[in-house]
Amino acid sequence: MEIIISTLILFGAFFTLVGSIGIVKLPDFFMRLHGPTKATTLGVGAILVASSLYYFIFQDTISLNEILIAIFLFLTAPVSAHLMAKAELHKRNSDMKKPD
Amino acid sequence: MLEYAILIAIAMITLALILNVYRLIAGPSVIDRVLALDTCYINSIALIVLTSLHFKSPLYFEAALLIALMGFVGTVATSKYLSRGDIIE
Repeated sequence: MEIIISTLILFGAFFTLVGSIGIVKLPDFFMRLHGPTKATTLGVGAILVASSLYYFIFQDTISLNEILIAIFLFLTAPVSAHLMAKAELHKRNSDMKKPD
Repeated sequence: MLEYAILIAIAMITLALILNVYRLIAGPSVIDRVLALDTCYINSIALIVLTSLHFKSPLYFEAALLIALMGFVGTVATSKYLSRGDIIE
């Protein structure tokens, strides 16, 4: 059981690191927006599932806080990504219109 | 084994936070910095959950929930202001 929890934690940390490498390396804003969304869903989701399993197995308590954080993150990550993409699109449109 | 996994994961997420801070400082436009700050919030949620696993205390989850909420509200307000010029119309 400990092996499953350790694997989930390392998996989540790896995906979080990959998302942050993407935010540094990728050249365009929309590509950069793509990286951390995956980091949120897979990385932090796996870490929260591992924490919930840990408290359920080793401490014999059902902790609902992780589930609450996971639901909140899964609901809000697409909304904030959509609003940031809209802001960038608005900026590019107004930059294109300016020379006329 | 779990202890070593938690320590390695804390090191990886700290490296991810340093990369985010690089993009926060060097980002060419304002919306890049908003994205970097949003990713910083999410990574610090993961760091707080791992700290709670390391110290075996469930007291840290309220802080993680508050950071998630405040980060979402800040990102939405800044993006709305940048795209519409006003937050609540």
